[in-house]
Amino acid sequence: MSRGEYLLRRLGLALFVILGVLLVTFIVSRVVPGDPARLYLGPRASAERLAEVRQVFGLDDPIPKQFVKYVYSTLTGQLGYSFRTKRLILDDLKIRLPATMELVITTTLLALLIGVPVGVLGAAQRGKVFDQLSRVVTIAGVSIPAFWLALLLQLVFFGYLGILPLGGRISQEVMLSHPINNITGFYLIDAILTGNWIAWRNAALHLIMPAAVMATYPISLAVRMTRASMIDVLSETFITAARAAGLSEREILFRLALKNGIVPTLTVMGLLFAYSVTGAVLVEIVFTWPGMGSYMTDAILNSDVYVLFAVTLVVTMIYIGVNLLIDFIQAMLDPRIRLGRGGEP
Amino acid sequence: MRAEPGSSIWWFRRDRIAVISLAIVALIVVLAIFAPLLTPYPEQGRGEPNIVEKLKPPSSTHPFGTDSLGRDMLARVLFGARISLVGGISIVLASTGFGTLLGTLAGYFGGWLDELISRITDIFLAFPPLLLAMTIAAAMEPSLGNAILAISLTWWPWYTRIARAQAISVRERDYVKAARGIGVRDGAIILRHIFPNILTPLVVQGTLDLGAAILTISALSFLGLGVPPPTPDWGGMVSEGRVYVQSGRWWIGTFPGLALFITIMSFNLLGDGVQVITNPRARGELQE
Repeated sequence: MSRGEYLLRRLGLALFVILGVLLVTFIVSRVVPGDPARLYLGPRASAERLAEVRQVFGLDDPIPKQFVKYVYSTLTGQLGYSFRTKRLILDDLKIRLPATMELVITTTLLALLIGVPVGVLGAAQRGKVFDQLSRVVTIAGVSIPAFWLALLLQLVFFGYLGILPLGGRISQEVMLSHPINNITGFYLIDAILTGNWIAWRNAALHLIMPAAVMATYPISLAVRMTRASMIDVLSETFITAARAAGLSEREILFRLALKNGIVPTLTVMGLLFAYSVTGAVLVEIVFTWPGMGSYMTDAILNSDVYVLFAVTLVVTMIYIGVNLLIDFIQAMLDPRIRLGRGGEP
Repeated sequence: MRAEPGSSIWWFRRDRIAVISLAIVALIVVLAIFAPLLTPYPEQGRGEPNIVEKLKPPSSTHPFGTDSLGRDMLARVLFGARISLVGGISIVLASTGFGTLLGTLAGYFGGWLDELISRITDIFLAFPPLLLAMTIAAAMEPSLGNAILAISLTWWPWYTRIARAQAISVRERDYVKAARGIGVRDGAIILRHIFPNILTPLVVQGTLDLGAAILTISALSFLGLGVPPPTPDWGGMVSEGRVYVQSGRWWIGTFPGLALFITIMSFNLLGDGVQVITNPRARGELQE
């Protein structure tokens, strides 16, 4: 299989999966609850309002026709209205996505910058104290409930030490005295671009706890993945050959072995991304971080179920896209995949 | 108990961490079963309020303090273990059961049935699991059963993949071919020859996933999508603790979360140990 053929096949599969994902959300949102209009309006809706909503959303049409309309409107970005905010869900998301992405990107960077080196060292010192310690710490890291860790940090750093803010993205006073101009939507970047250092410091302080909580799982996962694949790579003959040729241990580890060992870690980056976005739901609510997670928890509290379906769709699409991107990068890095060893099982 | 050197139990016992975690898991199960006998306030553990003593910090009469309705937190935490264990185990049983059934059918029969099941599996794997579970749970009434159902609906595809791969390899073994040759019906072959031989990796995976199942169901409860009050549930109790961070009432969220953390961590360490005994490659870890 050539590289082009492989990529086309992946793309085709992704398109098929997107259609399937739409079918699943359609079934769960329209067919399962019985009366979607009631789901949309809540239990105390009047008969007239119900009839009106059925009319507006075409809920009296035959199911296949409804599905076609659903696919068309979703793919053209019409995700419907939020019953609670009375705004287009897409508009709400545009405001909230940057806040969540700021968290997710910080988290992913932390996972790579901390997780990969620790995993490499664990593999190099296999079985020694550092490795044993990192085994226990990373198992703790994947076991600790994010929402509980968030609460503990708040109790310690806000309640007891009083050095970090309880929640939010920036203090109200700072937002009034040194407002951030919206350029990219990322507070830290926008503050740098406008030289607004007071706001930058404040935003960074607000970011510390949520980012630390959200990064715990991805860092632990990155350590475990990197360690496992590095152990495999380090037992290969070309490493022995490099040692015999007198390369320094640091060069062997970080230049030679890591190039091969990082491929599986890249594979889980898509998974990490999904975990971070879903993790954001649990973390944002604790830190009142105004992102997609808070948007979803607000929707849960108000039974605004269509917001949940819309966000699930958007995140799943991003997830599929990221996974596709990773497949492409892997195909570039690892020649075996192009030759048909990888792909579908 | 003496174990033959080289046997699975022998290997397991060499992994000290796994042995300790098995002991903790056993202890948690015992605490959950005998919860009503272990606390002087079983009715509060089940949810009965006791307003007179609300929001008391930890003391000798209430080692974990009391919550906003004056209930003894230790009793609540003990009773909460029941929900977490029942929830976690039910999720794993339901999703391994359904996943194994589909995966075996796909792997054994192949052809269009395999194609159909595999593509449906692909679609469900495309969703971030917790997100889909949240959305499904939100579309239903909050209850333990619905939370279990919502999570299981997002978990089965992983087991389907494992079961399918296993069934494909077992299908080609001689005894299966022989059974088919003498005219044994497919149903009987699957029950007698395929299932027993594909079970081990599924059981291992199920054990590995128990911690994650307990974590997921507590996350749904934390979001208000799990067990409704007054039934004690660790995720819901941590959620209540959020309200009291600013007033410094640390005990309300801390203890249920700690119980959750210890339980999940023990299951995960146990899962690690189970993987070691069934995967000869991982045994190297213990020899050094």
